Amino acid sequence: MVESLLKTVDIYKSFAGVQALKGVSFSLKPGEIHCLAGENGSGKSTLIKVISGVYAPTSGHIEFSGRTYNKITPIEAINNGIQVIYQDFSVFPNLSVMENLALNSELADNKRFVNWKRMRKIAEESLSKINFSIDLDLDVGSLTVAEKQMIAISRALMFNTRLIIMDEPTTALTKREVQQLFKIILKLKDQGIAILFVSHKLNEVFEISENFTILRNGEKVAEGETSSLNTDQFSYHMTGREFEAKHFIPAEISKKPIFEAKDISLSGKLEDISFSLFKGEILGITGLLDSGRSELALSMFGMNKIDSGTFELNGKVVKIDSPQAAIENKIGYVPEDRLTEGLFLSQSIADNIIISVIDKFTGKAGILDNEKREKEIKLWVEELSIATPDPNNECQTLSGGNQQRIALAKWLACNLDILILNGPTVGVDIGSKHDIHEILQNLANKGLGVIIISDDLPEILENCSRVLVMKSGKIVSDLDAKTSDEQAILSYMM
Amino acid sequence: MQTSLPFTIKRIFRRNEPYVFLVLLALCVLIEIRSGQFFSPNNLVDISSALVVPGLFAIGAFLVLLSGGIDVSFPALASLSAYATTKLLLVMDYQGGILIPILIALLIGAVLGAFNGLFISILNLPALIVTLGSSSVFKGVMQGALNSKQLTVIPIGMQEFGKSSLFTATNSISGLTSRMPTSFIAFILVAVAVFFMLRFTMFGRGIYGIGGSEVSAIRAGFRVKRTKFMLYVMVGMIASLAGVIRTCMMQQCHPTNMLGMEMNIIAGVVLGGTLITGGRGTLFGCVLGTLLIVIVENSLILIGVPTSFKSVFTGALIILGTSVSAYQMMRSSHSQREKLLSRREVVNEN
Repeated sequence: MVESLLKTVDIYKSFAGVQALKGVSFSLKPGEIHCLAGENGSGKSTLIKVISGVYAPTSGHIEFSGRTYNKITPIEAINNGIQVIYQDFSVFPNLSVMENLALNSELADNKRFVNWKRMRKIAEESLSKINFSIDLDLDVGSLTVAEKQMIAISRALMFNTRLIIMDEPTTALTKREVQQLFKIILKLKDQGIAILFVSHKLNEVFEISENFTILRNGEKVAEGETSSLNTDQFSYHMTGREFEAKHFIPAEISKKPIFEAKDISLSGKLEDISFSLFKGEILGITGLLDSGRSELALSMFGMNKIDSGTFELNGKVVKIDSPQAAIENKIGYVPEDRLTEGLFLSQSIADNIIISVIDKFTGKAGILDNEKREKEIKLWVEELSIATPDPNNECQTLSGGNQQRIALAKWLACNLDILILNGPTVGVDIGSKHDIHEILQNLANKGLGVIIISDDLPEILENCSRVLVMKSGKIVSDLDAKTSDEQAILSYMM
Repeated sequence: MQTSLPFTIKRIFRRNEPYVFLVLLALCVLIEIRSGQFFSPNNLVDISSALVVPGLFAIGAFLVLLSGGIDVSFPALASLSAYATTKLLLVMDYQGGILIPILIALLIGAVLGAFNGLFISILNLPALIVTLGSSSVFKGVMQGALNSKQLTVIPIGMQEFGKSSLFTATNSISGLTSRMPTSFIAFILVAVAVFFMLRFTMFGRGIYGIGGSEVSAIRAGFRVKRTKFMLYVMVGMIASLAGVIRTCMMQQCHPTNMLGMEMNIIAGVVLGGTLITGGRGTLFGCVLGTLLIVIVENSLILIGVPTSFKSVFTGALIILGTSVSAYQMMRSSHSQREKLLSRREVVNEN
């Protein structure tokens, strides 16, 4: 048997009396791709920080290639060949690709002066390790997320690296970019570099990892070979709950469409888009990141003014040239990035829920009727089971899943006919994701027309009755979700 | 692949400096046309002379902005340090040259800068609040503890340094003469040293790095606290140097003379393309921006704008300049983005 590269033995870590890790032991062999999974707050990040030396464990120890450390410093971790790629990639957006690649190793070598020629050489060398090519003089701030990640990976390889820890590496990547990342991970494995892949996305865990460790509430609840694990078990271990994947079957679909788009065009972004949405159905729109799927959503909500074409509501042409017009026509939009686009994070949960309908609660003099307001807030907190002790708490105190529910509540309070959701479960853990899906399916069954825009194909297939596939600003296919599968959709997307 | 001349030019014009330079040039030409006096040797020397103190202050403010901080205490710091130095030397009845006064001022500046640095870097408090506070403290120490009054006589060494000149320029038409002060060398030396520090030392790259992302800088292995602390010490020293030079050039020590300069100085630096949020900016741009402010402040009178309107013009210039740089910023990130997208499409097609 191969000697393990890294072992954590019975690690405990507490912060001010809160146990973040309770006796976690796991091990990793050289060249192994290991997935560390768990929901938000399960202790994944804490464990990574213990391994990389950011935190000292309260008790327990770490072994690197047989050497025991009760506590490791970040420098020792790096010298042992451990590199962490954080979610934000730890890049300098204001500096060039070259500097971003070379500064870390220059610092590790205790260089005091800058030799630009040497920096360029280091940068070229590090890029060549993963056969990635990019203009070294570009500012990193102007790169795409995937490119920044490649920079972070190349940089990490400059240190005799034996283990790369990737914290949620696929969060902001498109499908294609994820595939490229996986190719690189496999290449690294061939070079004998172990990867600790932190994720909560089922399909990715299954696709890439050989072994897994699942944490829940700071405890290791499962470990083993990925091949011996199935999706249901995985979800169960992650959440401690059993889910049954319910394929959505609409209860009742209206005969006439409630919403129709006819020949919508937006220069350079959308071309002759036509489709209809029926009451009670969930329509999926998918495509690659630059396929125009988000532009279409923004057009339907009046944020992008369309160049030509018409929108019809119940057979009547309507002009949607602003979000206000969309709301008046009972169209709601839950944006892709709920954090920056949809919510006032520093305001209370309550105010976020009622913000779009605040006029409904004013009396004659324009003064808020608090009783009415409270009632409405209470209704939605209960209806969507938002986990908060007090709706007057700040919105940012909630987890991603609960924030997403508030973004939903905000729109549902408007009494909508049509709800458009862009990436409704991006960055949301399995449990909340499941709950959100259930809410959406219930809403559709109550007669709402729902549009889900997403590149999470299992999500689309599970929740939508019909799928539109977009590519380069056009709708290339209109599929029935029941008879379709991921491969079919992918073949239209690419 | 992208090193062709047109590309390089395009890249340069994406920055702020060429626009500031063009505005500067336009202003100079305008003044020249209206007055015929701008490009006269003595006016150019006058402007250079007027640039020394604001220029030094600007370099300090620039370094702090670059690191993602802000310093509004430098005029107070410079005043205190210049006053304390002058007073000390007067009490000692110092008869020597300029070297000792400068060294004393640098020492005091370092200590005062360390005071800022302690709170900002070690205790991690917001730089604006700390320097607003320390600005009051410095003023208070000067006016209270040192009981500051205008010192009409300064030590002989400082007097001589203030009067000494590199050369004298004469306006052939009016016969007016202007002296290029020796202290201009100090400005050049500091500028060159800072340029090399920023470009060729890890300390300098660290300042850029911290301004870009402090978390990344910590993770990359920069000693962020130390770098920031050293930075504030250094900036304190530069400001003190400016304070002493100002005293020498004025031939008297006026304790409140420099107070209130901070806003125009910071505005000049931002005008020159330094991002107020840190991480971006060049020394060249910083000097250009400052020069623009100095010219507006000194030369508007040449085209018949009354001095009482000076602040209106300075203000307008600042608003204009910052909007241009904001627009530039927006456009450059947009065009880089477009370029990337188009590149990605090419990749996708392959």
